[in-house]
Amino acid sequence: MATDTFAAVGSLRWIGIAILVVALALLPFAISDYHTFQFTQAISYAIVLLGLNILTGYNGQISLGHGAFYAVGAYTAAILMDRFGVPYWATLPIAGLVCFGFGFLFGLPALRLQGHYLALATFALAVATPQLLKYKKIEGWTGGVQGIVIIKPDAPFGLPLSQDRWLYLFTLAVALVMFLLAWNILRGRVGRALIALRDQPIAAEAMGVHGAFFKSTAFGVSALYTGVGGALGAIAVQFVAPDSFTTFLSISFVVGIVVGGLASISGAIWGALFIQFVPNVADQISKAAPWAIYGAVLLLCMYSMPLGVAGLLRSTVRRLRVRRPRSVT
Amino acid sequence: MDAFLHQLFSGVATGGIYASVALALVMIYQATHHINFAQGEMAMFSTYLAWTLIAAGAPYWIAFVLTVGISFVLGVVIERVLIRPMAHAPVLSVVIVFIGLLVILNSLAGWIFSYTIKSFPSPFDGVIPGNAFMSPHELGIIGVTLVVLALLYGFFRFTSLGLAMRAAALNPVSSRLAGIRVGRMLGLGWGLAAAVGAVAGMMVAPVIYLDPNMMAGVLLYAFAGALLGGIDNPIGAVIGGFVVGVVENLVGTYLIGTELKLTVALVLIIGVLVFRPAGLMGKVVVIRV
Repeated sequence: MATDTFAAVGSLRWIGIAILVVALALLPFAISDYHTFQFTQAISYAIVLLGLNILTGYNGQISLGHGAFYAVGAYTAAILMDRFGVPYWATLPIAGLVCFGFGFLFGLPALRLQGHYLALATFALAVATPQLLKYKKIEGWTGGVQGIVIIKPDAPFGLPLSQDRWLYLFTLAVALVMFLLAWNILRGRVGRALIALRDQPIAAEAMGVHGAFFKSTAFGVSALYTGVGGALGAIAVQFVAPDSFTTFLSISFVVGIVVGGLASISGAIWGALFIQFVPNVADQISKAAPWAIYGAVLLLCMYSMPLGVAGLLRSTVRRLRVRRPRSVT
Repeated sequence: MDAFLHQLFSGVATGGIYASVALALVMIYQATHHINFAQGEMAMFSTYLAWTLIAAGAPYWIAFVLTVGISFVLGVVIERVLIRPMAHAPVLSVVIVFIGLLVILNSLAGWIFSYTIKSFPSPFDGVIPGNAFMSPHELGIIGVTLVVLALLYGFFRFTSLGLAMRAAALNPVSSRLAGIRVGRMLGLGWGLAAAVGAVAGMMVAPVIYLDPNMMAGVLLYAFAGALLGGIDNPIGAVIGGFVVGVVENLVGTYLIGTELKLTVALVLIIGVLVFRPAGLMGKVVVIRV
C-alpha cells in the first residue's frame, strides 16, 4: 500500500517536472527579449548554485569564493571565443574541465581545512580574484581592466528565433542535463557518501568512505558546475571584466543557496530566481537596497527558515499530505 | 637604502593597523571560536560615525573617544542580538550570519553615507625634523597602536575583569561555576573588539580614504596576520600583523608590484593554513576521536 502511494507520488512528481520544463521552454515566447535575457542569466545562476550546493549543502565544505570559479569559467569561454574562434557551445565543456582542474587543485589543500578555516581561505580567494584577473602578465589573454567583448550567437539551422530566445533555450537545455546529472549523482552512493562526510566525517571514513577523494572531487565537480554557469553567463552578457567578479558575487551565490535551500536540488532554482530578480526590483529603492535585503534575508533564513524556500515547500507539502488521510477517515 | 627604509617604516605603520584588527579577530576567536568576517565592516561603519561627528563640528579627539564608545556599545548589541542565539549552531550557520552582518553593514553605510569616496582627517600633521622616512601620520599610527596594545595588555593582565574575561574564554563551564557571568564577558569581548576595530578604522582611513569597501583589503591582511601569529594567541597575532604589514610593503615594492598585493595575503593565508595551521606561536590543537 505504502509503495503504491510512493509510486503515485513519484509519477506525479515526474509529471509536474515535465509540465514545468515545457512551461519554461515556452516562456521566452510570452515575454520580451530583455526579460528572456534575464531568465537566461537566472538559469546560469541556477547551475552555479547547484554546484555550490553540492559542495556546501551536501558535503558541508563552506565556500565563500565561488565567484572565482565563475570568473574562470566566464573568462575561459570568452578567451576561447575571442582569441581562438571556438564556437560558443564548444566552450562549455572546456570551461567546465578547466574549472574542474582549478577546483580539484584548490580542494586538495582545502582537505586540511575545516569549517571556519575553509570559509576564510575561500573568502581570501574571492577578495583577490579581481586583482588576479587584472594582472599585467596575462593581459594579452584577459584584456586587463577592459575585459573582453564577445558576440552573441545566432540561432542555428536558420531557426526563426531571436538571439536571446535561442540562447535561453540553449541554456535551458544545458541546465536540464546538468540538473539530471546532479540528481543522479546525489541520490545514490556518492550522495550518501558526501552527506555522511558532512555529518559524521570520522564514522564515514570508518565505514570505508574515502574522505580525501570525495571531498576534493566534490570541490572539482562543484567548480565544474560553476564554470559552466559562468561560461553561459558570459555568453549571455556578451562581456567579461574583472570588476564583475568581486567578493559580492561570491556572497550572492551563498545568499542563493541559503535562500533556495541548503542540500536541495530544487533550491538552486529558487535561489537563482531570488538573486536574479530581487536586486532588479530593490535597485529602484536605492543602490544599497539589494544588499541590505540580501543581508536581512540571510539572517532571517538562519534564524527562522534554515532550509530555505525548498525546505519550506517540502514541509508544507508534507503537512498537507499528512492532513489528507485524516480528513478521509 | 633610503627608499628601502621608507618602505620598511610605512610597512610597520600599516602593520600596526593589521595588528589591531588581527587582535580584534583573536579576541572574538578566543571567546567564541568564531572568525568574525564582519570585523572589517564593523570598523568601517565606526569610521563613518567618526566622520559624521567630525563633519558635525566635533573636535577630532572628542569624536575619536565618542566613536570608540559607540562602537563598544554596538559590538555588545551585535553579540547579544545576533551571535548569542547562534552559540550552539553549526559552523555554516555562524559563517552565514557573519556574512549577513557584513553585507548589512556595508549596504547601510552605502545607503546612509553614499558610495562616494570621502577623505578623512588625520590628527597627526606637521613635520618631524630630521626624519625623512616616516610621515607624521605613520608615526601617529604606530603610537596609537602601541597605546591600544598596552591598554589592552594592562586590562587583561592586571584587572580582575580582564582575568574574568580570560577565564570565561578559556573554560566557560568552570568560570560559570566560579560565579563569572560568562555571557556578559562574551558581550564585553565583542564590545572591546569593536572598539579596537574602530580605532584601526580611524587610523587607516586617512591613508586609504573612506568608502564602504575600504576594509576588505585590511581585513584580509589582518586575517593573514592573525593566522601567521596563531589565531588563539593575541601577542602572536599582533606580531603577525606587523610582519604582514612589512612583508606586504616590501614584496609589493620590490617583487611583484602593487597590483597583486592582495594575492600576497591569499597566498599567506593558504600557506599558513596548509603548512602550519596553528600559526607560528599558536597552540597546536589535538582533537580526540
